Amino acid sequence: MKKKILALVLLILTSLSSTAEGEEGYVLQKAPIDLYNKASLQKGAKLFVNYCMGCHSLEHQRYNRMARDIGLTDAQVKENLIFTDAKVGELMRNSMPKSDAKRWFGVAPPDLSLIARARGVDYLYTYLQTFYLDPTRPFGVNNAVFPNVGMPHAIWELQGWQKPVYESGSSKSGGDNKVISGFELVEPGQMSTPEFKEAIADLVNFLAYVGEPIQLERQRIGVWVVLFLFLASVVFYLLKKEYWKDIH
Amino acid sequence: MSNTQGTTGLIGWIDERFPLTKSIREHLTEYYAPKNFNFWYFFGSLALLVLVNQILTGIWLTMNYKPSASEAFASVEYIMRDVNWGWLIRYMHSTGASAFFIMVYLHMYRALIYGSHKKPRELLWIFGVVIFLCLMAEAFMGYLLPWGQMSYWGAQVIINLFSALPVIGQDLSVWIRGDYVISDATLNRFFSLHVIALPLVLIGLVFVHILALHEVGSNNPDGLEIKKLRDNKGIPLDGIPFHPYYTVKDLFGVVVFLLFFAVVVFFTPEMGGYFLEHPNFDPADSLKTPLHIAPVWYFTPFYAMLRAVPSFAGTQVWGVLVMAAAIFILFFLPWLDRSSVRSIRYRGWSFKLILTAFLVSFLILGYLGALPTTPARTTMAQFCTIIYFAFFFLLPVLPVFEKTKSVPERVTWK
Amino acid sequence: MSTVDDIDLGRRRFLTATATVVGGVGVVFVAVPFLKSWSPSERAQAAGAPVEADISKLEDGAMITVEWRGKPVWLLKRSKKMLEDLSTFKNELLDPNSNATSQQPNYAQNATRSIKPDILVLVGICTHLGCSPAFRPESAPADLGLSWKGGFFCPCHGSRFDLAGRVYKGVPAPSNLEVPPHRYLSDTRVLIGTGPEAV
Repeated sequence: MKKKILALVLLILTSLSSTAEGEEGYVLQKAPIDLYNKASLQKGAKLFVNYCMGCHSLEHQRYNRMARDIGLTDAQVKENLIFTDAKVGELMRNSMPKSDAKRWFGVAPPDLSLIARARGVDYLYTYLQTFYLDPTRPFGVNNAVFPNVGMPHAIWELQGWQKPVYESGSSKSGGDNKVISGFELVEPGQMSTPEFKEAIADLVNFLAYVGEPIQLERQRIGVWVVLFLFLASVVFYLLKKEYWKDIH
Repeated sequence: MSNTQGTTGLIGWIDERFPLTKSIREHLTEYYAPKNFNFWYFFGSLALLVLVNQILTGIWLTMNYKPSASEAFASVEYIMRDVNWGWLIRYMHSTGASAFFIMVYLHMYRALIYGSHKKPRELLWIFGVVIFLCLMAEAFMGYLLPWGQMSYWGAQVIINLFSALPVIGQDLSVWIRGDYVISDATLNRFFSLHVIALPLVLIGLVFVHILALHEVGSNNPDGLEIKKLRDNKGIPLDGIPFHPYYTVKDLFGVVVFLLFFAVVVFFTPEMGGYFLEHPNFDPADSLKTPLHIAPVWYFTPFYAMLRAVPSFAGTQVWGVLVMAAAIFILFFLPWLDRSSVRSIRYRGWSFKLILTAFLVSFLILGYLGALPTTPARTTMAQFCTIIYFAFFFLLPVLPVFEKTKSVPERVTWK
Repeated sequence: MSTVDDIDLGRRRFLTATATVVGGVGVVFVAVPFLKSWSPSERAQAAGAPVEADISKLEDGAMITVEWRGKPVWLLKRSKKMLEDLSTFKNELLDPNSNATSQQPNYAQNATRSIKPDILVLVGICTHLGCSPAFRPESAPADLGLSWKGGFFCPCHGSRFDLAGRVYKGVPAPSNLEVPPHRYLSDTRVLIGTGPEAV
C-alpha cells in the first residue's frame, strides 16, 4: 500500500512538471504596480485617453470617480482628459461606433475596464512592450505574448519600431518554430527605452486601478475589520472559557 | 388552556398560544449534546451562518442585478463600482459561495470519520446529502449570473452533459436552456431558480436536517450513544445543555471564521483566481471560448472524474454516469459502512488507510479538475476515480478482517 | 468538573455583557453597508447633477420645461402685466410672503419668488400628492372662474397656484410650489441644481 502512495506522489510530481512544460511562450515581466502613486496613475490616465481611448472604452468607469481616486479635480479632468462632449459624471465611453470598429479591425476593440483583472497586469505590461515588425500581418506588426494580434501598434510614436531577436536552437516541444528571446530597436520613437518602460508601467498601473477602483479603500477598511474581529475573538474566547469551567 | 411551561407575563401569554419556551428548551437549554465535541463540530453551525450570509447578501444583490443577457455583466460592475458598498456585498456573496462548500465538505468529512451517518442517523445523513446536491445546483446556477466568459462556457459545457444521455439527451439540453445555446432565456430561468426556488428548498432541507438531528441526538468524536447512560433525572451523563455551552463555543467559532472570511473578502477576494476566476472578468461571448475552461474549485473533483472516463461504444454518457454515481453513492454510505464501531478512534488500520486514500484521491481529483488535460493527468484522474469508488466498495467487506479497538463506556477528552 | 460554588458570577456577567456589546457593535457595523447601499448610487448622483437651461429664446408669458433629477422644472418668463398682478390678490393666498423657508432658497424669498423678477424657476410637482400641475396663464377661463388671473392648476385634486407658484387658500395643497436651487451662468443660461452660494 505504501508503494502505491509513493507511486501516487510521483505521479503528481510528474503531472506537475508537465504543467511547466505545457505553458510555453514569452516570459512575462513583472509589472511594478503601485496604486498609491497618484502621479503615476495620472500619467497613466493621460496616456490612456490619448493613445487608447480612440478605440477602447472604459465603459464601467466614471470620469469623476477617476478624478477623485487619482487626485484630480473635476475641472482638471474636464479640461485635460475629456475629448468628447461627455460630462464628468458620465462613463468613459468612446465615440467609435461598434459596427465601424468591427469593419476596421475584424473584431470590435474590447472594453478595457476589467482587462487588468481578466489578463493580469504582468501580461499587459509585457504585451504593450512587445509589439514587433512583422510584414506578414495586416497592420505590419505582431506581438510576442499575443501571437497574431489584431491590434495595430498604437503607441509606436513613443516606442518606435523593434525587431525580434530569436533564440538559436529548437524549442522545447521539438518543433523548429523560433522562440523570441528579445528585441532590437530599428527605429527610435519619442521616448528612450527606459522612458517607454516607465510610461507603460504608468499605463498598466492606471488599468490596474480601473479594474477595481475600490481596492485601496477595501484594504484600508479590511485592516480595521480584521482588528475588530481579532479583539472580538479574544472576548468570545474568554467567554467560552469561563462557561466551560463548569464542564472541565 | 393551561400553561404547561409555568411561565407568566408576556412570555406566559405567548406560551399559551405558541410553543416558545417549549421550543427553546427542546432545542437549546435542554437539548443535551455530548460534551466532547472537538474542532470538527464547528462546521455545521458555520455552514448555517454562511447560508444566512448568502441569503442576506443575495437579497441585496438582486436589488441592483439585472437578469438579462444584455445587462447582466454591466449590472454586476454597476454593483461593484456605483452602488454604495455594493463591492462589499458582492464579495461577501462570492466568497460566501466558496466558504459554503468549504464548510460543507469539512462537515461531511467529520461525519465520515466519526461515523455520524450510521444508525440511527441514516436519514439525517440523507437529508445532508440532499442539501449538498441542492447546494451544487444553487452554486451552478448562481455562477451563470455574472454573465462572464466562465459563467457562459461553464454552463454551456455542463448543460451539454445532458445531451450525452441516450434518446432524450438533445431535447433535454435544449429544454433546460430554452434555446439552442445558453441565452437570455437560460439566464433568466437560472436567476429565478437561484434566488427563489432553490433557496426555499435549501432552507426547508436545513430545517428538517436540524429537526432530524435533534430527534436522534448528536454523535460525538468517540461515536458513543450518550443517551444510554443517564442520571436519575434522565439527563445523559455525558451530555451538556446546548445553551449556554455550545452557543458560546459556536459563537467563538463564528468570530474566528469571520476573521478568515474577512481576510479573503477585504484582501484577496479573487483568491488567486479560485473564488473569482479571471476569465469571468470578460463578458460572455458566444463566439469565442476561453482557452481553458475549468469549473469553480468546488466542482473540480467531480469534473475531473467526468473527464477521466473515455467515451465508449460511441457515447460519452459513461463519464456523466460516473460523475453522477460519485455523488449518489453517498446516499448509500450508511448501509455500505457495516462496522459495529462508529468513530475512527476505535477503528482498525484498514479503515484509516482506505479513508486516507479516499481523501487524497479526492483532493488530487480536485487539483486535476482545475487543470487542462494531458495524457498523464488523465491516467492520474482515472486512478484516483477508481480509488474514490474503491472506498465505497471496500467499506462493506472491511469488518471481515478489520480489528477494531474496544470502545469506552464514557466519552473521552482528546 | 467544578461545583456551583466555584463559579465567579461577577466575571461571568462581565464577560457576557462585554461579548454582547462587542457582538452588538459588530452587527451595527455589518448593518451600515446594507443600509447605505440604498442611498443614491454614483449613477443616480451623476444623473441628478445640475442641468443647464438656455432661456435666450424664451418670450414673455412663455414657459419651458427641463428635467432635473427626473422631475419637471419650469422656467417661466413673466410679462409686465403678470408681475403687476402678483400683488393684487395676496389675501386669497395661503403664504403670500413665502414664509415657509423649505419651499424656496433664501435668494428667492421675495415678492416674485425669483432671482431675476421676470424669470420664475419652479419644480413642477404639486405639493399635495405629487402630480404635475398644468400651466394656465390665461385670465378668467370658463372652467377656473372669473377671479383666475393666470397660474397653475393641478388636475388631480384641483389645487391652484399663482404665477409665482404660491398656493391659494382652500385647496388641498398645503404649501407653495418649490423653487429649486439655481443660478445664472450668464444672462441667458440658468444652472438648475446649485445655488449662487455654491460658487
